[in-house]
Amino acid sequence: MTRKQRRGFLIGSGVVILSIAAVLVMFAFRESIVFFHTPSDIAEKKIEAGKRFRLGGLVAEGSVQRGQGTTVQFAVTDTLARVNVSYTGILPDLFREGQGVVTEGKLGPDGSFVADTVLAKHDENYMPPEVAKSLEERGVKLGPGAQHKSGTGY
Amino acid sequence: MIAEIGHFTLILALAVAIAQMAVPMWGAHVRDARLMAFGDSAAVTQFGLLIVSFLALTHAFVTSDFSVLNVVDNSHSEKPLIYRISGVWGNHEGSMLLWVLILGLFGSAVAVFGRNLPATLRANVLGVQASIAVAFLLFMLFTSNPFERVDPAPFDGRGLNPILQDPALAFHPPFLYAGYVGFSMAFSFAVAALIEGRIDAAWARWVRPWTLAAWMCLTLGIAMGSWWAYYELGWGGWWFWDPVENASFMPWLAGTALLHSALVMEKREALKVWTILLAILTFSLSLMGAFLVRSGVLTSVHAFAVDPDRGIVILSIMMFFTGGALALFAWRAGALRQGGLFAPISREGGLVLNNVLLSVSCATVLVGTLYPLALEGITGEKISVGPPFFNMTFIPLMLPLLFAMPFGPLLAWKRGDVRGVAQRLAFAAGFAVLFTIIVAAMTGPGPWLAPICAALGLFVLFGAVTDLLSRARFGDVSQAEFLRRVVSLPRSAYGTALAHAGIGIMVLGIVGTSAYQTEKIVALKPGERAEVAGYELLFQGIQPTKGPNYSEQIATFEVTRNGAPVTTLLPSKRLYNAPPQPTTEAGIYASWTGDLYVALGDEQPSGGVALRLYFHPLVRLIWIGAVIMFIGGAVSLSDRRLRVGAPQRARSRPSAVPAE
Repeated sequence: MTRKQRRGFLIGSGVVILSIAAVLVMFAFRESIVFFHTPSDIAEKKIEAGKRFRLGGLVAEGSVQRGQGTTVQFAVTDTLARVNVSYTGILPDLFREGQGVVTEGKLGPDGSFVADTVLAKHDENYMPPEVAKSLEERGVKLGPGAQHKSGTGY
Repeated sequence: MIAEIGHFTLILALAVAIAQMAVPMWGAHVRDARLMAFGDSAAVTQFGLLIVSFLALTHAFVTSDFSVLNVVDNSHSEKPLIYRISGVWGNHEGSMLLWVLILGLFGSAVAVFGRNLPATLRANVLGVQASIAVAFLLFMLFTSNPFERVDPAPFDGRGLNPILQDPALAFHPPFLYAGYVGFSMAFSFAVAALIEGRIDAAWARWVRPWTLAAWMCLTLGIAMGSWWAYYELGWGGWWFWDPVENASFMPWLAGTALLHSALVMEKREALKVWTILLAILTFSLSLMGAFLVRSGVLTSVHAFAVDPDRGIVILSIMMFFTGGALALFAWRAGALRQGGLFAPISREGGLVLNNVLLSVSCATVLVGTLYPLALEGITGEKISVGPPFFNMTFIPLMLPLLFAMPFGPLLAWKRGDVRGVAQRLAFAAGFAVLFTIIVAAMTGPGPWLAPICAALGLFVLFGAVTDLLSRARFGDVSQAEFLRRVVSLPRSAYGTALAHAGIGIMVLGIVGTSAYQTEKIVALKPGERAEVAGYELLFQGIQPTKGPNYSEQIATFEVTRNGAPVTTLLPSKRLYNAPPQPTTEAGIYASWTGDLYVALGDEQPSGGVALRLYFHPLVRLIWIGAVIMFIGGAVSLSDRRLRVGAPQRARSRPSAVPAE
């Protein structure tokens, strides 16, 4: 093989692998992207039951009911609308009423949200950016804790 | 007073770094030996000043000097000493100080150990290294000064996030940063080589040990983070494809590729342009990691309180260095002369395949990590890309890599004999398949991919052994001769075999825990039992106790298996005093077959407690594999041929071992 052919072979195999990867990426995006919605989004847009998405907002004050075995009921609110959520499992340590939360799951036929994941944050001052942003867009004032001026490198 | 000394030495370090950035490079340009030599003393001085600064901050933390704002925000007088020390880098400002300290360490290492480098190359490398230091020192002094005072000083601090008060996480950042910043060496050498327009095998011989050292630290740092997430977060997972994890994984993938392409360059003078590009990209990915983690632009479960304004500055630093280096690359790369020829089936060919697969998989991780950001910027839609995406794209790219891995080291340089290699690997492949069939028959049904991945993991592991055996000519020579050869194999051969074996072992752990884990969520009252994976747990009740800076609720579980006592597990919930924040400490029983894992949930009004029970088969192999990879790197680094500063001596003295 000449130098040119060898280089062609190298570049060719690189291109082949890269295009395989590109196809995989496109395919995976179609299959596995999860949208983020706020309770108001759910009220405004019709989201079909059984489609997986993330629901984010604040845990409504006084809404958490624990203790029916391992299932917990609570409501997520963006102060304009609220959605009831049921979750079976162990809640993260920093799950608290009035705190920002992101849950992932599906809408049930009755319009309540069945979560299989409740995202844990390691920092009580941390607010998921989607939640902070959508709350801001809707004119909800965030407490000083939401924009805490210090961070770590983990 | 001591804080002011720290602040002052930080400013002095900046001044020295500015001089170090300008003088030696000018010296290299006009070929003035005295100007170039200035770089050496400047690098050492800069490092010394940074040490003083770092010690000053450490002193403030250890003595709980609450007139320093950073200490107030991140420490507390009740905190145990080790976490007062780790608190130094457990926050944004302090971790940046650690970052520039390591940057200075690497720079001064070039000055001290690089005497045999060509003077102009050394001067340019030190100049580029100093320019990175200047950028970060300016960033620190203007936006994140760790020595800022507060008046009046509060009585006590706010404390460190309790979840960071953990031994594995105390040492996770130093290793991670040593990895990130270590890649700055490869970057500085690449840019220096582009400035000179000349590059040869000696360049790669220099860059490789530094890249290897950085890679080792990064490997261990990532593994520590994963181990910590596993036992501290109480979800029993070891990897979440979270943006922050990806931010550290991308430089690792690129760095691994760099390690291998630098090998081709060192041995065969081929792939020069690609290696330079990879060196630039690897460090750029490290900078991007810093940006992603600190800016908070991505939703991450590991993101701590972050500051978008500072993120912009880090982004600009990243754009400047990446953009500048790539522009230089576009301008000068054509001038680099290409080296040795090789056939597609050869050691070089294998390493090219490794590079292509690693960099493409790195690109898919990058796409998955940044896509939500791009989509939100363009359409305003908020999405998240989770583990299914990465599993669908990353795993298919890793399978061929794992399959090809045992072939690589056995192929000859220039032109390889793939059939001969396949024959030598037949035993390894046969054992791997046989072993998998036996184990699959014993464990019962799982995902179809699991046995394939397990067989590949075993193939990589046995392939590494085959590599060593065939280098020592097992079967071809007498037993005594074989043993003599085993002992005298170069350490780099052992390093390669160990690192590859570590990957194989890690794959086994990943397959075991991903495909065969059992999870159960139950609510138990004292006296009740639960069963998971053949273990029976008897819940005996919860006792409150007190730790140094927290109160704790400890649950007691008697674990039995087929009626025989196994162990007592004590999972707990802690409530820290400052800041008042709860954490979950999992109870873990480690056996050869896997980990029994118990995490406490909420207490039930009825007097019971919710529990998460797991059995994670082989999960420990993941971290054991990472440690073996680290050891492999260390063994390789101790090879005389690779040792820092060795290149010239090795050339002048006939080598006792054949070159390959």
